[in-house]
Amino acid sequence: MSLGGWIVMISSVGGVTWLLIWCIWKVLTTKGETEHIHGFEVDTPDTKVEGDIRRRRD
Amino acid sequence: MAAKKEAWSSRLGVILAVSGSAVGLGNFLRFPGQVAEFGGGAFMIAYFAAFILIGLPVCWVEWTMGRAGGRYGYNSAPGIFSAITRIMGTRFLGVIAFVIPVCIYMYYVVIEAWCLAYAVNYIRGVMDFEQSEEAIKFFGSLVGIEKDGAALQVNIEHVGIYFLIVFLLNFFLIYRGIAKGIELFCKYAMPTLVILALVILFRVLTLGTPDPEFPDRNVDTGLGFMWNPSKTYLVERSVSDEGLALTTAEGLPVWNGSDKKEVVAEKNVKMARDMAATNPEKYKVIEKSLYQQLQNPDLWLAAAGQIFFTLSVGFGVIITYASYLRRRDDVVLSSLAATSANEFCEVGIGGLISIPAGVAFFGVAGLASMGLSTFGVGFTVLPMVFAEMPLGQFFGFAFFFLLFLAAVTSSLSMLQPGIAYLEDSLRINRRQSVSILGFVTGIGGVLVIYFSAGLKLLDTLDFWVTNLLMVLLAFIQVVLFGWVIGTKKGLAEAHMGSAIRIPKIFGFIIKFVTPVFLILIFAGWAYKSVFGYTFGSADPEISPKVRDLFYDPSPVSWVAVLLIAFLMLFALLNVPSKQEVRTNINKVDKKGDGI
Repeated sequence: MSLGGWIVMISSVGGVTWLLIWCIWKVLTTKGETEHIHGFEVDTPDTKVEGDIRRRRD
Repeated sequence: MAAKKEAWSSRLGVILAVSGSAVGLGNFLRFPGQVAEFGGGAFMIAYFAAFILIGLPVCWVEWTMGRAGGRYGYNSAPGIFSAITRIMGTRFLGVIAFVIPVCIYMYYVVIEAWCLAYAVNYIRGVMDFEQSEEAIKFFGSLVGIEKDGAALQVNIEHVGIYFLIVFLLNFFLIYRGIAKGIELFCKYAMPTLVILALVILFRVLTLGTPDPEFPDRNVDTGLGFMWNPSKTYLVERSVSDEGLALTTAEGLPVWNGSDKKEVVAEKNVKMARDMAATNPEKYKVIEKSLYQQLQNPDLWLAAAGQIFFTLSVGFGVIITYASYLRRRDDVVLSSLAATSANEFCEVGIGGLISIPAGVAFFGVAGLASMGLSTFGVGFTVLPMVFAEMPLGQFFGFAFFFLLFLAAVTSSLSMLQPGIAYLEDSLRINRRQSVSILGFVTGIGGVLVIYFSAGLKLLDTLDFWVTNLLMVLLAFIQVVLFGWVIGTKKGLAEAHMGSAIRIPKIFGFIIKFVTPVFLILIFAGWAYKSVFGYTFGSADPEISPKVRDLFYDPSPVSWVAVLLIAFLMLFALLNVPSKQEVRTNINKVDKKGDGI
């Protein structure tokens, strides 16, 4: 691998790693953030409605 | 102390859930294939430029618009667009966000079935390949690459049975609404996948030179192929059948450009230069600097396409999920956290595994000439890595099974926009919308499995959806956000409840740079792939995808295009009514909750 390759690799992998660590640090140190941060939760409100109907029926 | 510990575990749980939702097949399978095809370091520069100028801005735009639209009672783009912009015509633009995930689901679920098939075959112990050709043959046979219908055989070595299992599993999970369990499961499965990938990465980086007979096939060369920003190719003179060197009418030598060999290791570069210097009649060296490579529009198109696919931007998925958020839920850090986890898995792990391993086993020329689908690199190279590892069969099973689980979460997320649109537009309940969607995607999936020769249907669907519809949807969204809503108002909406602020420069990027970048990408794609021009050549050649439709019609290509057209028409005919949207806007305005 050339010197240019090393520079591109270290800056790319280092950059994305730093960004991930910074985000984790931010979530861990911001008060109340866990209640406000979300991913693609599979459990959507319409799922809950259906679940309630099924539980009542069962 | 206990409370503090619980708080930390809850925070880590949230991070894992957010990260888990972001990881999918694109990271470990599609990305390496793209890097291999478009040549390493320069691709990475274009990739990061696309990440900053398209990926992040569109991501923030979608999360913000989705959350705002949810306040008006809409969970799909047609309702969301019209409610937050108050322009009723945007309902029709929003239907693209229904068509994209439904179409992608039809072939994504097939690739998901490939992962399950690999996991099962690892358990059977038939994946201990000694030659790379065996791995290629297994993949081709599994997916039925030779002829249509070949994959539909009901046995453990063809993908048909796995497709059936995966498809039924997806709809069982989403129909029964037991998604909470999956989410909990993924909290643990996804970190395990990442840890496993790190172990595999360690093995790859310590592979050295797997076959001493081929000293040039080693990890260092693989890393160079992946990351070197400049490229060197050795080209041989074309010769006639009689072995005579060919010349043009003007007496200039004819070079065999289609068979140029990339040389990576420094000693090989020096050797190639020496060969060309001592025998200029037979060899020449082409050296492409980073700047020259970045002038290739194909590379930019591919890099932007990968960013779209991996971050799920322009997919229609984010906008639906964000619509379920509360007013003060954080969209800025949420999207950045999911994005960074995704990029870490893709660049930091996924890319470092397959490409260096691929070069170590197949060599640079071998990897470049594999001629497989984008996903083929992951499905043929990785089994070779596992074959070289202690406990390789176990690691192979675990990796593909966890990848299958990651794909399940992604495919479930692709169904939600379709379900939400049917609920929004037809006013039906979740079970009814799941049933309709299951029927439609079932037909699409079976067609993808059946038309397996050269993976043509999968490839054609992917071509039109990712290159045309996704870019179009992203463009519509940034224009609505930057020009109709206005970046000032839009960013203020994004910052509600947010732990961090979007840097001010992104206001300018969203309004000007991203739309221009998207137009350039779209124009470049149309110039090359629709009108058939080759960049750097003035002579147009009919593009294969256009030829398949109009010049030498292929039924398979028409099936793909008609599937997309049917979904588009269905969605256009069922957008929410103007009256209904206006009523919802008035209700929200009365509460003072409008955007």
